[in-house]
Amino acid sequence: MTIQTSLGRRHFLVSGAAVAGGFSLGFRIPFDEGAAQAAEVKEVNAWVVIHPDDKVVIRIARSEMGQGTLTGLAQLVAEELECDWSKVTTEYPTPGENLRRNRVWRNFSTGGSRGIRESNEYVREGGAVAREMLIAAAAAEWKVPAGECTAADSVVTHTPSGRKLGYGHLAAAAARLDPPKQVKLKDPKDWKLIGKPLKRLDTREKVNGSQIYGIDFRLPNMLVATVKACPVPGGKLKSHDAAKVEKMPGVKKVVAIDGNAVVVVADTYWNAHTALAALPVEWDTGKFGDVQQDAITAMLKEGLDASEAFIGNKAGDAKAAIAGAAKKVEATYAFPWQYHATMEPMNATALYTPEKCEVWCGTQNGEAALAVAAEAAELPVAKCDVYKLMLGGGFGRRGRSDYVRQAVLVAKQMPGTPVKLIWSREEDATHCQYHPTTMCKLTGGLDASGKLVGLQVRISGQSILASLFPQSLQNGKDPATFQGLQPGGPEAAFGYEVPNLLIDHAMRNPHIPAGFWRGVNVNQNAIYVECFMDELAEAAGQDPLAFRLGMLKPKYATVLKAAAEKAGYGKPLPEGHHHGIAQVMGYGSYVAGVAEVSVSDDGTLRMHKITAATDPGYGVNPWLIDRQVAGSFVYGLSAALYGEITVKDGAVEQTNFDSYNVMRIDEMPEVAVALVPSGGFWGGVGEPTIAVAAPAVLNGIYKATGKRVRELPLMNQNLKKGA
Amino acid sequence: MAVLNVNGKSLEANADPRTPLLWVLRDTLGLTGTKYGCGIAQCGACTVLIDGVATRSCQVPLSSVGRKKITTIEGLAQGGTLTKIQQAWVDLDVPQCGYCQSGMIMAVTALLASKPQPTDDDINAAITNICRCGTYKQVREAIHAVAKA
Repeated sequence: MTIQTSLGRRHFLVSGAAVAGGFSLGFRIPFDEGAAQAAEVKEVNAWVVIHPDDKVVIRIARSEMGQGTLTGLAQLVAEELECDWSKVTTEYPTPGENLRRNRVWRNFSTGGSRGIRESNEYVREGGAVAREMLIAAAAAEWKVPAGECTAADSVVTHTPSGRKLGYGHLAAAAARLDPPKQVKLKDPKDWKLIGKPLKRLDTREKVNGSQIYGIDFRLPNMLVATVKACPVPGGKLKSHDAAKVEKMPGVKKVVAIDGNAVVVVADTYWNAHTALAALPVEWDTGKFGDVQQDAITAMLKEGLDASEAFIGNKAGDAKAAIAGAAKKVEATYAFPWQYHATMEPMNATALYTPEKCEVWCGTQNGEAALAVAAEAAELPVAKCDVYKLMLGGGFGRRGRSDYVRQAVLVAKQMPGTPVKLIWSREEDATHCQYHPTTMCKLTGGLDASGKLVGLQVRISGQSILASLFPQSLQNGKDPATFQGLQPGGPEAAFGYEVPNLLIDHAMRNPHIPAGFWRGVNVNQNAIYVECFMDELAEAAGQDPLAFRLGMLKPKYATVLKAAAEKAGYGKPLPEGHHHGIAQVMGYGSYVAGVAEVSVSDDGTLRMHKITAATDPGYGVNPWLIDRQVAGSFVYGLSAALYGEITVKDGAVEQTNFDSYNVMRIDEMPEVAVALVPSGGFWGGVGEPTIAVAAPAVLNGIYKATGKRVRELPLMNQNLKKGA
Repeated sequence: MAVLNVNGKSLEANADPRTPLLWVLRDTLGLTGTKYGCGIAQCGACTVLIDGVATRSCQVPLSSVGRKKITTIEGLAQGGTLTKIQQAWVDLDVPQCGYCQSGMIMAVTALLASKPQPTDDDINAAITNICRCGTYKQVREAIHAVAKA
């Protein structure tokens, strides 16, 4: 991975810092190389740069945060470019450059598992256009019709004569040609790279310490800052006594920003951290300063039976059908707030002068970060830019730019001095936009034959849009709340055919901000529906798999069957082991999971194995999908086992991994993946599988213990026999 | 001024003696491969070897280090040749975001030095590092691959 080439001068500064820092130890900032010749190398088009030595640089607009998008998107471009994959590297253009070039790279935002499914067509076109230009350049040199030439492995061949020219030779001439107005994309049956388990392009630097994340970035004369914001959202900074810490070692400045936070700027992080800890601060916690968790729980409970709610999915008359049903089943579930807990805490480096503001950071949304930086700097966007660095995890958290704003506000008070703002883990844990908390009451009516004739799903709780983008609410309704429950569409549609259905949402918004957390609302919606399906199946006297298959639409059913088959569902298991199942559609993909669990008499849960099936339409890289599925299970199961943010006196109580525990390797089940791409559509793979992890395990727990767990996390539940 | 023995070299570190080794490595010596994750020895992102023992450097004050041999992630590969463990990480594409992997690799380096053929239980006991991307499956496979090689 290299940073885009138009910033050669800046990168010489950066590599200068690297030399001062630790070059003698074999430490290297990876993106300094090539800066010298960068100016001479011309791009073929916006997506493709080819060096005279045949090196191919593919520009990637989306952000790499571990999901493998650099590799997957490069595969898509390279497929059409017909280049030698072993010569491919990648680089990020900047959001500022995107704006200057009329958004030639389109959307930078990296979330919602959209990287590949949203951009696959235009990035493939980018590769195809470059290929056609390279062919045209060769044809011109040979003075033959372009139609007599073909391209493969970075070589153009004139078929009648057998003459060959390499891309490195042709690139400069190709760059001078007008791009073709139209290109035809390959038929999927002709793909050579898409669908292949190619290795990641970004691994080596991640095993030798040379990968630079935002927190590692350095500039000459840079200072390091750390921040403490009011622990209660909406609260203010009342007072702070800067004089008490200004003389402490390394401290350069103490500043207040946004009226709600204090920052210590020092020579090193540790000196800034130590001084901030010693800084006397008083907060005005505002109107939420006395809110307790009980009140939030009560607020959500009230919504379960409220008369008014936004309707997300409706068919027939659910209430009447349930009232007239032979059997009625009802259950209430609850899902707490979750913290993203990226391994790398939030950070950004900013350099401000009255003429210019530059920011270096990991971000899932470069263009939003640029807009936020410009606003904080009070400069036109054209005088600002954001240089994206590798993210030490994103999970939705780095789609927000609050940390960018803070870094710029601090840098603005020290013009000409670069400042790296690093949040402590404690600041990160307590100032997140958390996975929303909701509760859900489900009511189902079964007829005498055990068929589900009516289903009512009432969600009560928090809306992400109301918290982050209230302007995007639709007459007050947040459609994202119904992820996985929607009546149709290519994104997250409800998979069951139920003749009488009512899914609605009583919006209840506590003061703790909600945000996008990997998997988003599919996560808890799948828990609610899939656990309740097991409750209904039991009431109907049917096996959970057969009960579901009786109602599931074809693609959903196929994937669930694939998971069940791969897991050996219904076949004998070791003594005490039980299978739980779940399925969902999210992010354009169909997924299912089968968990094999056991619970000992003392209540110890063991998750032995989870089998997933995934239909993403087209699977670009099975090797990476495999890893996304296994990682998704860890993310979902960490939340199910331990994830819980609670509120005391208006503030988040959990501050670090000692109070917000996550899964470790000893709890990791064996994972098997059935990739069953059915073709014809592009679904995401970074998120959907998260949602089936928890309900599959919870359904397995019921079979093992007879206990229905309806409130998470599991650590609060006693699974002990007889308890 | 402390003089540290890091990756076989003597390096001067001008920092308050109470400064955790993690921040001396990162901010004073520029060895940013060792990561900050929690600051309370929970996550293992800051794991380095001190005299061969996997140690969470966020809890080690500079004053306690003396001339003990410190090995960081930057000190594993010799002349650009990766260690067998690093190579297994590359071969199996273990890292996702990669942020925790320096600490993970240091912990595994210590484990395999003392137990070249670890059982799954040995791995569970020794490798308590947090990975939020969820690379645990590949970490376990890579450890076994090194043990078998």
